[in-house]
Amino acid sequence: MFNRIVIAALLSFCFGAAYAAESIQIKGSDTIVNLSQSWAERFMEDNPDDFIAVTGGGSGTGIASLISGTCDIANASRTIKEKEIALAKERGINPYEIKVGLDGLAVVVNPKNPVDRLTESQLSDIFTGKISNWKDAGGEDKKIVILSREVNSGTHVYFKEHILRRNDPKSREEFAPSALLMPSSQAIADEVSGNPAAIGYYGMGYISDSQKALKIAKDENSEYASPTIENVMSGKYPISRPLYIYTNGEPKGLVKKFVDFILSEDGQRIVLETDFVPIN
Amino acid sequence: MRKFKEFIIEKLILFSGLASIFFVVLIFLFLLKEGLAVFKTVGFFDFLLGKKWYPISEPARLGILPLILGSLLVTLGAALISIPIGVGCAVYIAEVAPLKIKEILKAGIELLAAIPSVVLGFIGMVTLVPWVKHMFKIPTGLTALSGSIMLAFMAMPTIVSIAEDALYSVPKAYKEGALALGATHWQAIYRVIVPAASPGIMAAVMLGLGRVIGETMAVMMITGNAAVIPRSILEPVRTLTATIAAEMGEAVVGSEHYFALFAVGIVLFVISFAINVGADLFLHKENK
Repeated sequence: MFNRIVIAALLSFCFGAAYAAESIQIKGSDTIVNLSQSWAERFMEDNPDDFIAVTGGGSGTGIASLISGTCDIANASRTIKEKEIALAKERGINPYEIKVGLDGLAVVVNPKNPVDRLTESQLSDIFTGKISNWKDAGGEDKKIVILSREVNSGTHVYFKEHILRRNDPKSREEFAPSALLMPSSQAIADEVSGNPAAIGYYGMGYISDSQKALKIAKDENSEYASPTIENVMSGKYPISRPLYIYTNGEPKGLVKKFVDFILSEDGQRIVLETDFVPIN
Repeated sequence: MRKFKEFIIEKLILFSGLASIFFVVLIFLFLLKEGLAVFKTVGFFDFLLGKKWYPISEPARLGILPLILGSLLVTLGAALISIPIGVGCAVYIAEVAPLKIKEILKAGIELLAAIPSVVLGFIGMVTLVPWVKHMFKIPTGLTALSGSIMLAFMAMPTIVSIAEDALYSVPKAYKEGALALGATHWQAIYRVIVPAASPGIMAAVMLGLGRVIGETMAVMMITGNAAVIPRSILEPVRTLTATIAAEMGEAVVGSEHYFALFAVGIVLFVISFAINVGADLFLHKENK
């Protein structure tokens, strides 16, 4: 992933001047930076004259750059906040929301961990620190190492609001102070694969054989489901969220051409190929 | 004409000299302007001594005590590792090593200084972190200790090169006098040369630590970034620098969180300023 970003950055640096008129800057969510890169690559194959540069940094970073006018499209794995809209209006930017896909959030542990299923309330208790030992969640007598994303991550915000706070806007639950805040999803994946006591979360595109994705149920009476594309589409798997892109006003010109491509059948097929869930 | 040329050159140099001070003052004023705004919403002591850091919650909890202690703990650990090794290395290079080894060592240390911190952080993440976890049988290797070890590598070049300069500038007569009075080589080093160079060595240590406390990338990658008050060096910590780096991208300009991060910057500025002034005082002692 890093390589791609670096290459994109280098390319944009080299060709930025030459193709200034026909280029798009995309910035934002690390969750969909790979998906976005795939879209950009395919789009550029079909339209060799256009140039699209993709960088990550987090949903907040993307929206902040859209507001400050340094990118054309902001990728976000959460909806834009009221505060951000107000700030954008102040600067004469009019954020326009387009839903481009769905993402199942996987909760992962090390394959050596015997735990393979949890309910949402157990998850809430683990990540807020109320359950601090694996034996209280059906595992071995081991201290739980909580891994979270940094606060600039849309995944962090989504997980806090929907799992820790169970969608209750009045709730004051927070991640346990002892939670390790990791700079990227890949860092969480690396730590989980080396640490039998760790638990973390990330978009299901990051799941590999070195981590085990837990089956999750809404409550004890519901069915446990694995984070697969079918289960997310059918709604059986409870933790999924919409993915958005934001543009300044309704898309025009090259941005519109690119957005149309994203929403086309080809674009949505790429969504599926990169382990996300298409919107239709 | 020549006078005029002199005049121009003098003024140009004066301008260059003042420019750096001018920039420091500007930076400091900017930090103050942005940072002090946070105290409109959070009390001064609640900010410095608050134990909870949840900057994006409503209402936000902005207590930076865990961050200050995290930075200090990592720095202390790095000091304990880098000072003995760094000073020992400097003594070896300045007094003991044969010319050839001396050249190799000096080149090696300069090379160590040239490794970018993100590279050190990455190496630490894949080698040191699993080792620490395994070695101490702790739940995770992303701890203050890992950060300290990695930062010790970064402080070492500064400490070694400045301490070596200090040892080198001890007048030869001191050493010769000690040897003439019957001291062994080691006694001469230990009783005469090192004490004579001690202000310079202290300055070296201070500057090395100044580098450590301001280091960001490597600590962000390997200390775990959990904002808890650390009880031991084997626990994850979140440092002041990593907090700014990780959160500045998200902070909405003009929000409480944004001002708080600038206030964290002021705290860092004050700490490194104090360290630099300390180093300066020691150096002045030497010159007297």
